[in-house]
Amino acid sequence: MTLDLTQFHDTFFEESFEALGSMEAALLKLTAGEADAELINTIFRVAHSIKGGSATFGFTEVAAFTHTLETLLDQLRSGQRQVQSPIVDALLRSVDVLREMLSATQHKRPADAAAAATLHAELQGIMQQAPAQAKAPTVDTAPPAAAVATEGIAGWRVRLVPGQKMMAHGNDPLRMIRELAALGSLTTRVDAAKVPTLKDLDPEVCALCWDMELHAGCDRAAVENIFEWAMGECTLGIDALAGTGTVAGAATPAPAAAAPLAPAVPAAPAAPAAAAASPAGVPGAPRPPPSAERSTVPAGEGGSIRVSIEKIDELLNSVGELVITQSVCSQLAASLEGRRADDLRNALVQFERHMRALQESVMRVRMLPIASIFNRFPRMIRDLGQRLGKKLELRMSGEHTELDKTVLEKIGDPLVHLVRNSVDHGIELPEARRAAGKDEQGTISLHAYHKGGNVIVEVSDDGAGLNRDRILSKARERGLVGADEELSEDKILNLIFAPGFSTAEVVSDVSGRGVGMDVVRRNINEIGGHVQLYSTPGKGSTVRIRLPLTLAILDGQLARVGQEIYIVPIVSIVETIQIKREQINSLAGKAELLRLRDEYIPIVRIYELFGTQADHTELVNGLLMIVEADGKRVGLFVDELLSQQQVVIKSLESNFRQVTALAGATMLGDGRVALILDIPGVIARYMEQPARASREAA
Amino acid sequence: MSITPSSHQQYLTFILAGEEYAVGVMSVQEIRPWHAVTVLPNAPAWMLGVLDLRGVVVPVMDLRRRFDLEPAQIGPSTVVIVLRVQSDGAARTVGLVVDAISEVYDIDAADCRSLPDIGGGAGAQLVQGLAQADGKTLILIDPVRLASPQTH
Repeated sequence: MTLDLTQFHDTFFEESFEALGSMEAALLKLTAGEADAELINTIFRVAHSIKGGSATFGFTEVAAFTHTLETLLDQLRSGQRQVQSPIVDALLRSVDVLREMLSATQHKRPADAAAAATLHAELQGIMQQAPAQAKAPTVDTAPPAAAVATEGIAGWRVRLVPGQKMMAHGNDPLRMIRELAALGSLTTRVDAAKVPTLKDLDPEVCALCWDMELHAGCDRAAVENIFEWAMGECTLGIDALAGTGTVAGAATPAPAAAAPLAPAVPAAPAAPAAAAASPAGVPGAPRPPPSAERSTVPAGEGGSIRVSIEKIDELLNSVGELVITQSVCSQLAASLEGRRADDLRNALVQFERHMRALQESVMRVRMLPIASIFNRFPRMIRDLGQRLGKKLELRMSGEHTELDKTVLEKIGDPLVHLVRNSVDHGIELPEARRAAGKDEQGTISLHAYHKGGNVIVEVSDDGAGLNRDRILSKARERGLVGADEELSEDKILNLIFAPGFSTAEVVSDVSGRGVGMDVVRRNINEIGGHVQLYSTPGKGSTVRIRLPLTLAILDGQLARVGQEIYIVPIVSIVETIQIKREQINSLAGKAELLRLRDEYIPIVRIYELFGTQADHTELVNGLLMIVEADGKRVGLFVDELLSQQQVVIKSLESNFRQVTALAGATMLGDGRVALILDIPGVIARYMEQPARASREAA
Repeated sequence: MSITPSSHQQYLTFILAGEEYAVGVMSVQEIRPWHAVTVLPNAPAWMLGVLDLRGVVVPVMDLRRRFDLEPAQIGPSTVVIVLRVQSDGAARTVGLVVDAISEVYDIDAADCRSLPDIGGGAGAQLVQGLAQADGKTLILIDPVRLASPQTH
């Protein structure tokens, strides 16, 4: 009768990774020499729940590792050992090792056993060092100490009566009994009196009870620990077996805190043996009663629930369709006449308002605070600072700014990259900073805030700034800029985003940056974002990233070409102009260029690119929409501009396949499908087109 | 190409350039009157475009062109058969433009024949086999292959 536990694996991993995050955050706050009880408790809880979970699921390596970790943490918690920076370092590294072990287990690949073993040994080494503090008469879970403490107690009588839900919650009584047996010699007696007849038997409810006698020199907490996960889901009685030795506690002074131990065991029936054990005082003073303390662990933060992304996406989709249906209704109502039609229209206006509210709240369900990304930086800054010998301070603000989960997933790596660049190339070494009259400690700032329907994320440093001359000379060297081409300050800075610029060797370790900045920009552009760079020599640099709130909805400009309506993402639009004949230049009858101020912009005739019909073929009759992607500008030739609106993006891929130059499709109010242009794709397609047939207009 | 339909299955038949074709009713989601579609650029000629089916973008193909026949002439009996099939674990929805809907037949597996080897042309890979019903020969099409991106 085994419950299939694999169904809980995902939840376990998800929760464990989250918990490791909070453990890491707590460790970073932990300053050497100061034992903040709450922080240590947080850390301890994480280690403890991962240990419990992994033992239940049979991930023995993780369980063994966390057990050692837990023992060390317990010493810190009880004040037996001082918090020292080598310990914090080792603990931080164990977060990494645990993460690696868990993700290895999750993906069913072999874990890096060597790293785990080394650290495991190191942790054990730390524990073997004499605690810095004078030895108090304390109890440890380690056997030698425990033997002293429990002198006089021959063992424990344990009665386990599983509750209705115990097995359903993943607590296998057999596992607990096995663990109990590992503590010493165990005799068990099964009470099958409550087992119903086969007809009424529910195979998922354990109807058996156990009476067990454990002959072992362990303390009560060790026994309780085994059943900790099942507390509240079973009735448990733990009584001391009458000992044969001397009166317990004689060897050690009976601490005052020993008394509350007995009531701390929930549901322990008042058995005669308990009375015998309590006065003797199980010495465990420095340890707070485990069950009482752990019951304060909150079950859930702020009353949240876990919902799968698919369910939310389904909901989002349905709402998207509702929005479309609503606009169909509004359009129909607009053409009606009569008094009743006015009423209908009023009702529909109301409808529209509610619809928007609904859509917004559903969108918000997918939104997560950016803190989930920001949280990895304190650790990173600490490690980088140590490695590079730089003094760093990290300032963060706006961690609660929310972004769509998909957007969040995509900006993690680019942000890591930018922060690393800032530390590596931006912030100077302490001596250099002192020489420049700056504070030795460099500051990296991360800010997130809302601005006009977008979220802005800024990464800035107060380092040396970018050296424009070096960038320019490097770019000339790489042939990105002509030898005597003059560039504006802005353009020089933007060179670091150029694909060819960022190869293996960087401008210099002191002032240049550029490792994969093109990748950063590409990733941000892919999700409809925009990257800008500001830099002042000697004062530092700032990278500003503008991100859309969500990927499911896009701000679009509707443009008509013949019968078809296309949607151009507003973020890509630079401007829209009417073409004058004298601005048009023809290149060998193949490409058409528009001279705009001091720039030549290729003209893309949408109808030619897509093989459709347009109203206008004369450039002067239509409109030119100048769009930009990846630093390239082209003008899209369209017949007419229509409204701007938010559109719900529908994938073409799910039923057909990806189509070059299209980002997807959306439904218009009249039930038609409009195609959303993918501007980088349009430009790429225009570039790869074979020489266009010469046009008589040329 | 072997065919293993369960002993008794219902097929919807339709007319395409005078021939009668059949598709299993279990793959047919609905039949809609012809309605102009939004043209997709850079798509094969047989891909007429996409239409909005209650919020889902559905590609619509001209089955005549897919079988290298004359392009469809839109007439009063022209309809779009919307197929919904499971392929590679995902549900895909596609529309087929056909000349007219004909009948629904019960076809016994015993009456189905696999297609004789006639070479790969004319969309032979989209044909599942041939069947006899009511004294006529029906061409059974394979909806999964029709909707699969591999054959696009």
